[in-house]
Amino acid sequence: MSTHSTHQGPPTATGHIVDDEATGIPSFEASGGDWSDIAEEAARLGDERIVVNMGPQHPSTHGVLRLMLEIDGETVTEARAGIGYLHTGIEKNMEYRSWTQGVTFCTRMDYVANIFQEAGYCLAVEKLLGITDDIPERATVIRVMMMELNRIASHLVCLATGGNELGATTIMIVGFNAREQVLRVFELITGLRMNNAYIRPGGVVQDIPPGALDAVRDAITVMKKDFGQLEDLMLANPILQARLKDVGYLGLSACMALGITGPVLRSTGLPYDVRKAEPYCGYETYDFDIPTSTDADAWSRVVLRLEECYQSIRIIEQAVERLQAMGPGPVMVEDKKIAWPAQLAIGSDGMGNSLDHIREIMGTSMEALIHHFKLVTEGFRVPAGQAFVSVEHPRGELGVHLVSDGGTKPYRAHFRDPSFNNLQAVSMMCEGGQVADVVVAVASLDPVLGGVDR
Amino acid sequence: MSEKSGAPEGKTPEPSAEKVDAAAAAKPGDTATSASLAAQSTSEAALEGGSQNIGPIGSPEPEVIEVRHGMFGGGPGSGDTSGFGGLVTTVALPGASERPYGGWFDEAVDILIELLDASGTGFAAAIESVVVDRGELTLHVAREHIVEVCQLLRDDQDLRFELSLGVSGVHYPHETGRELHAVYHLVSVTHSHRLRLEVAVPDGDPHVPSTTGVYPANDWHERETWDFFGIVFDGHPALARIEMPDDWPGHPQRKDYPLGGIPVEYKGATVPPADQRRSYS
Repeated sequence: MSTHSTHQGPPTATGHIVDDEATGIPSFEASGGDWSDIAEEAARLGDERIVVNMGPQHPSTHGVLRLMLEIDGETVTEARAGIGYLHTGIEKNMEYRSWTQGVTFCTRMDYVANIFQEAGYCLAVEKLLGITDDIPERATVIRVMMMELNRIASHLVCLATGGNELGATTIMIVGFNAREQVLRVFELITGLRMNNAYIRPGGVVQDIPPGALDAVRDAITVMKKDFGQLEDLMLANPILQARLKDVGYLGLSACMALGITGPVLRSTGLPYDVRKAEPYCGYETYDFDIPTSTDADAWSRVVLRLEECYQSIRIIEQAVERLQAMGPGPVMVEDKKIAWPAQLAIGSDGMGNSLDHIREIMGTSMEALIHHFKLVTEGFRVPAGQAFVSVEHPRGELGVHLVSDGGTKPYRAHFRDPSFNNLQAVSMMCEGGQVADVVVAVASLDPVLGGVDR
Repeated sequence: MSEKSGAPEGKTPEPSAEKVDAAAAAKPGDTATSASLAAQSTSEAALEGGSQNIGPIGSPEPEVIEVRHGMFGGGPGSGDTSGFGGLVTTVALPGASERPYGGWFDEAVDILIELLDASGTGFAAAIESVVVDRGELTLHVAREHIVEVCQLLRDDQDLRFELSLGVSGVHYPHETGRELHAVYHLVSVTHSHRLRLEVAVPDGDPHVPSTTGVYPANDWHERETWDFFGIVFDGHPALARIEMPDDWPGHPQRKDYPLGGIPVEYKGATVPPADQRRSYS
């Protein structure tokens, strides 16, 4: 709350500022406090139409989303979303880096579900190269395991922050605690908690370390307990039910028209999931279900996300079993003209190329040295053409459109981010509802602005 | 499928001429007449033609987007000391495909031929070429017919591309007359099909009709494509910038727009910004 030197009229709870540049329209600045205070004062000033700017720095907008709401009393008459505050030109940047380096850029788009950008991008590069069938089975299973772990982490962030936005701090703490299990596994396997750059064109950057499968099993055990706690906290919570049920309604026809996918579409009853509709990474060989609902409200999306977490656990368990049965093996394509040459190991000064690999390229194999040098400095070339690959992102369908001119860098990389598309539904979900329901509706879309703005 | 068309080989103008024509200036008035003529010729030819290449521009040659000189991006001052400065490299994307396209592609294209010919637009006028590459079907659509093609693809019960995954752009600065491409990706949830539409427009006249009337989902995607590439979607309800600030000059994803950046000093050496480093392609 702030006051201004040109404050006019009697002192009030909120204090308003007369904006001379905008022809004397009174404007209010609120951070916390009761909305009714502002509404009362606006009514006292005789204003019938209030335009509220929510964000871009509001905690319940999942990042830097700006919502422009036109309000009549407590009712939202018009809602518009403004984006672009987190635009960093990732797609443009990718045009100036090699195909392999692209992974480190696209992983930073939707930073809550980063593995999906990596997977989609790498699948598209592999499609362009025509090596889709040459990816080692072990790498594919590891990819599936990582994606499903990431899906759980992403859904947990959605549920946790969604609860926090309604004032339920316990939900947030339980949710983030459960997500911590996933991040620990990620750190063990990739060395990083987020922005992993783990999946690379041709496979994954390195095999899972010893003990990783046990760590995943332990994480699943702990997470199942946390899910139970979250369910108790959320599903049996009368306040949450009252806030979420029949709020943020978006029916099937609206979803199809607006291109909404993911849990929001499935909450209308259509079991559309890219993992089933257009299977990739061998998803057709895993046993799992697509949970749906027909309520099409914020509550059903919470329930669906919880159920999807359990389905992801089913997939992870199958993947872990397969990895166990498979035993060690290659995790990168055999073609030495594509496979990234790094064989990483932990040395006294941190992670780097293993001494064995350095011994091989420096001492015994000139070919290996040449390949290493060419791949690292120049990168591999990708035949000219374009490819479009979709993966099922926690928020919907993530499409990766890549164009190659035959060179060592993408000619154009475009990511059809589900959050970007889904935010278009804000108007339809919020208009006619209460101001307080805007937060619920936006949380049920679960936008991540890093992905929206790219 | 009474007037199913197939091979307009005999009646088609020579590919290159048509290509330049279509690209250089698409005049709605002109095409209306030539469209119906082409439609008739298509159907006539189809009767004897059987399954052959469809589009009037169906040149089997790849679509050349650029010819480069020198090895590493080449030219004087590029720092290339390899001695390969005289190399000439042709950059070409896969060109129009021949029948059969394989899978469901043939049937879908046949249905589209039937629908477009029935509507009076004519397949030959609307679809510049059919490209099948890497298992993906791409239809190059003349810009004045993009809305109609979308409408048919969405509404026909055998096509049912009811979900649009949006529009994005690609800039080919060396493809004269077809510099800017708008690329649409459609999904048929009903039939589990996917296809791509591509509309090419010249840099000097970057107008494409908006498809938001058919696919409201394309609203923000068209704004993004305008923002990044400067393609104007006529008929869009509010074609404002979406990612860049409202007063931003230029369209950042174009190839002639610099990436920007500053040199970074690291352990005594200076690393130039990404777009000024030696390039290998």
